[in-house]
Amino acid sequence: MSTQIGARRPLPTRLPRLRPGGLLPIVAILAVLLVLVALRQPDFLAPPSLMSFLGRSAPIILLAAGQYFVIVSGEFDLSIGSLVTAQVVVAARLIDSDPSRTWPVVLLLLAFGAVVGLVNGLITTRLRVPSFITTLGMFLILVGAVYLWSDGAPKGGLSEDFRRFGRRAFEDVPVLGRVPYALLVLLVLATLAVVLMRADFGRTLIAVGDNPRTAELSGVRVWRTRTIAFILSGLAAAVAAILLGGYSGVSFQAGAGLEFGAITAVVLGGVVLGGGRGSVVGAMLGALTLELLFALMNFYGVSGALRSTVQGAIILLAVAVSATRQSSRQGER
Amino acid sequence: MNVAPTLRAGRAIPGVFVALAATLVIGWLVVMIDGGQLLNQPTTVSLLHVAAGLGLVGIGQTLVILGGSLDLSVAYVVSLSTLVAAETMNGSDAALVPAIGLVLAVSAGVGLCNGLLVTKLRINAFIATLGVGLLLKGYLDNGYDGPAGTTAPSLVQTLGYQRVGPVPLSFLLLVVVTGAAWFLLSRTRFGHHLIAVGGDPQVARLSGVRNDRVLVAAHVLCSLCAGLAGIYLASRLGAGAPRVGSEGLYDLESIAAVVLGGTALAGGRGGVIGTVGGVLLLASIDAIFNQIEVDAFFKQVIRGAIIIAAVAVYARRAMRREAG
Repeated sequence: MSTQIGARRPLPTRLPRLRPGGLLPIVAILAVLLVLVALRQPDFLAPPSLMSFLGRSAPIILLAAGQYFVIVSGEFDLSIGSLVTAQVVVAARLIDSDPSRTWPVVLLLLAFGAVVGLVNGLITTRLRVPSFITTLGMFLILVGAVYLWSDGAPKGGLSEDFRRFGRRAFEDVPVLGRVPYALLVLLVLATLAVVLMRADFGRTLIAVGDNPRTAELSGVRVWRTRTIAFILSGLAAAVAAILLGGYSGVSFQAGAGLEFGAITAVVLGGVVLGGGRGSVVGAMLGALTLELLFALMNFYGVSGALRSTVQGAIILLAVAVSATRQSSRQGER
Repeated sequence: MNVAPTLRAGRAIPGVFVALAATLVIGWLVVMIDGGQLLNQPTTVSLLHVAAGLGLVGIGQTLVILGGSLDLSVAYVVSLSTLVAAETMNGSDAALVPAIGLVLAVSAGVGLCNGLLVTKLRINAFIATLGVGLLLKGYLDNGYDGPAGTTAPSLVQTLGYQRVGPVPLSFLLLVVVTGAAWFLLSRTRFGHHLIAVGGDPQVARLSGVRNDRVLVAAHVLCSLCAGLAGIYLASRLGAGAPRVGSEGLYDLESIAAVVLGGTALAGGRGGVIGTVGGVLLLASIDAIFNQIEVDAFFKQVIRGAIIIAAVAVYARRAMRREAG
């Protein structure tokens, strides 16, 4: 049904015009940060360390992409951080260091992510609970459930096979040196995300976020589109958890604060909260910028505790700049 | 202009109190079957103490949400306020008044900052207050590893622990603040303007409301409430605690209480009385679970489910009202 709509209605096709203005600010910030990094730590930009940086950033970039789907459709997903934590703890307990269980558990985690997304989506769209409350409730439920299930301390362990995704890399690649598996996973999924946003689904999603009423009237099943967005976010969290668990191991802090990190990244990438505007590439670049910023702070010896202060300042600055640009553009019309 | 929102708010209020009554009755039965008594003196007192802290933050949150905004920085304002209070007092009663003044000044400053970011720079409230919250979090994480300062003994004795019968002084403070906020919303021009701005900013502007000023004021009031909650928590703990706000989930729980109380997250509809109901509901659930010694983690699961379920019930009622 939505296929027809995408083809017939002029509205959705007009919306996702990727004006250079949309991506320009984030690309500019990224460029400035790269220059700053190059001045301080030229080695960082050499292929091997750059590759492993990109690999380490893969989870948050994926989370940003997942969050983008939800945000552009006009909702929020505050449950992804707790979902990542839950996934990591569940994986450790189920695998219990037994390599043969790796693949079944990976599939289970993906299913788990999809189900959490489905529940978030259905509660938000069918029961009309604001997504802020739905996903906040889900946050409390997941954190509580995972502690309950593991009696307050993570149990079991991840198998080496499982950890491979987040840790290992193709060694001795010409020119690039080391290409982390995580980076390949990221590239594949990012491509899929871009393709998805260029397909009818993407247009429908943006139309829904821009004006749900109009979308509804033009025959889009708003609830279904939004629910799919939540499922995509849950799936992104599952993949991020697999990579993060592999990279940094099992803890109850695995996903702490990632929801705000992802939302920050999305907004930094020029996506408007409330839906309907911004691109998935922008969201992913936003996440990359944020990670680069943290790396830069390390190089400049900023204490870890001050990280959030700088993060806060940067968000405010970035959003203020784009907001004033937007309002001046509105003024011209 | 003012009649409709007030009326609708009036209709929304009973819901949460019905839920509260039902919760208390069911809780009372469950606890009795378990061999205890729900509303004995110690439980009631601790229930009201919990409600006082969350309630103060919730009242402030109600004001900004009514105006169509939001404040995610309150948890950090609470933590910061406990520290400013305890460090300024440094255990001496003489410094009590300046300390309270300083806390209120600092929190009003944060609120002003939030308000200006939201109105003048037009940053989405979610991001603006999240950003300010992160700024404060960085300051707290960087400067403090644990409790610091000492609260003045007289404050601990009065606001912290003194009570009238089973009612703690802090709960009376909440009642007073709620009364003031109710008066502000229903009897003053500012309140009517605030609800108008939350209901439809465009219409409010066209009818001569200075939207920006109203919203900035709401943000300042919200932070002041968080500052008061900080003073209260400092009086309970006897010291400043850098993580008391975020660990208490005051940001998210206060929003949950507001929404449970029937205030629309989009603004323009609701009121503080409902919020107090929401706060009491959350505190009662807490008290019941403590009484029957439910696992702390299970408590959190149930809490999440209850928040979602309660809001779903509201949403259904709202839908039916629209249809009818």
